[in-house]
Amino acid sequence: MTDLTSLTLADARDGLRKKSFSAGELAAAHVAAVEKARALNAYVLETPERAAEMARASDARIAKGEAGPLEGIPLAVKDMFCTAGVRTTACSHILENFVPTYESTVTSQLWRDGAVLLGKTNNDEFAMGSANETSYFGPVHSPWRRKDSNTPLTPGGSSGGSAAAVAAQLCLGATGTDTGGSIRQPAAFTGTVGIKPTYGRVSRWGIVAFASSLDQAGPFAKTVRDAAILLRSMAGPDPKDSTCLDAPVPDYEQAVGRSVKGLRIGIPKEYRLDGMPAEIEKIWEQGREWLRAAGAELVEVSLPHTKYALPAYYIVAPAEASSNLARYDGVRYGLRIPGRDITDLYEQTRAEGFGAEVRRRVMIGTYVLSAGYYDAYYLRAQKLRTLIKRDFEACFEAGVHAMLTPATPSAAFGVGEKGGADPVEMYLNDVFTVTVNMAGLPGIAVPAGLDGQGLPLGLQLIGRPFDEETLFALGEVVEQAAGRFTPQAWW
Amino acid sequence: MSVDADTVRRIAHLARIAVKEEEVEHLKGELNAMLAFVEQLAEVDVTGVEPMTSVTPMAMKMRVDEVTDGGIADDVVKNAPQTEDHFFLVPKVVE
Repeated sequence: MTDLTSLTLADARDGLRKKSFSAGELAAAHVAAVEKARALNAYVLETPERAAEMARASDARIAKGEAGPLEGIPLAVKDMFCTAGVRTTACSHILENFVPTYESTVTSQLWRDGAVLLGKTNNDEFAMGSANETSYFGPVHSPWRRKDSNTPLTPGGSSGGSAAAVAAQLCLGATGTDTGGSIRQPAAFTGTVGIKPTYGRVSRWGIVAFASSLDQAGPFAKTVRDAAILLRSMAGPDPKDSTCLDAPVPDYEQAVGRSVKGLRIGIPKEYRLDGMPAEIEKIWEQGREWLRAAGAELVEVSLPHTKYALPAYYIVAPAEASSNLARYDGVRYGLRIPGRDITDLYEQTRAEGFGAEVRRRVMIGTYVLSAGYYDAYYLRAQKLRTLIKRDFEACFEAGVHAMLTPATPSAAFGVGEKGGADPVEMYLNDVFTVTVNMAGLPGIAVPAGLDGQGLPLGLQLIGRPFDEETLFALGEVVEQAAGRFTPQAWW
Repeated sequence: MSVDADTVRRIAHLARIAVKEEEVEHLKGELNAMLAFVEQLAEVDVTGVEPMTSVTPMAMKMRVDEVTDGGIADDVVKNAPQTEDHFFLVPKVVE
């Protein structure tokens, strides 16, 4: 049965329709794979009984001819999405025993369409991190290893568990959230496909909030087609999220395989960093050739404010986080540490409940919003954001349909290798992805090859607002040319 | 700009996070590393630039002003550390 885990989501869907196997068999194969892979620490909660029960219901619907678009497809859900009756922690001590009484819009749409829950995946605490190392439940180990080495590598973060679970074939797809690169960077590190949709395409309701003007949910998948199938179910209007766009969701799968002939693809010159590894430059050049061969026209473009995106992000995101995380007060839900009085209760609870990275960001956020510093920091960062967005708009107005960039400045690094002395070292991971969140644009990371040590490298495509379809079309070109990459199982 | 030890203590209190005295020095270093990193924003001329207030150009959605939810007090207090009769319990606030 184990070979059922090597199917793509699209193949599994077609196999279920043809009754080549049952949803029960498909779920059981994945449950077994998940149990066997606990060394990866990809899941923080396994839900085998719920998976079996949901799969039984799927088989019943398939038998009645009422199958939904994701009927019987076993998925993993990042532990940032509230799931009714299923513990949801944001991988924080402060929410360690939180069991939501409601379901996030995204996951409720997945279940509406017939998907099956395998469990909740590990992430950086409150999605704050780029290596899945700030999780209260410990780091995820990537299924990938360097050639002839046993050094544990990071799958990236913050959605490290989802990325590792997809790469290691522990699910047919997974949800992620992306505030500064938390879908695209782990996708690139694990040889999976990950898309952050346009801000407003997917409802944020029921997702643990980090930075509300930057957060956006999206899928991880084995292929571009699978990501397109998943996004269609995840996206769509939601009266519970006022920032969610009231527009119908296209059938993204139709865009997979669509011709890219004549599309103008921008190559932003500011993304050519000093000291960028030669292999990153090489894979970028390779991507340009693939798109050119498919009939796209490549043009060099300039996004002059690129270098300010990361510092501006480290004002805006902590500021919004400090406000969002004020709700964890030890009173209404979550951990409580007793104190001398109510203020002491708050302070002890938050000191104990939040990890070091979260405490640091909440404090920075508090500082940049505090009286006397708001204009110098927060207001200035929001102005920079306008400039960053204008850079992209100018290119799109000049006829550019999408942009091609590297997804990350390096391949995956070792667990615990970065950011120990200076937090900024870890932040630099998101240098190519964070601009996209700041401008609210869609971005997809697609595997493009392996480096000299046998580790995956990804390319990023950035699109016009709400034009995810073009990204799927272009992503498919990259995937067809590069092939797919699966790690050798060692776990 | 950089923060001193007193500012670290003040920010921690504003953020309602208890900080032990021996952590202050280390935190100061980390916060100053972040502040040094964002310092480069000062070199950009932002005269006349509107701050971003909405990520996508869309009008705020309006809905009918009516009750759409409620009557779920059990659910609301379900995850609370201490409750009584649908109230959250906290230490005495008023003497």
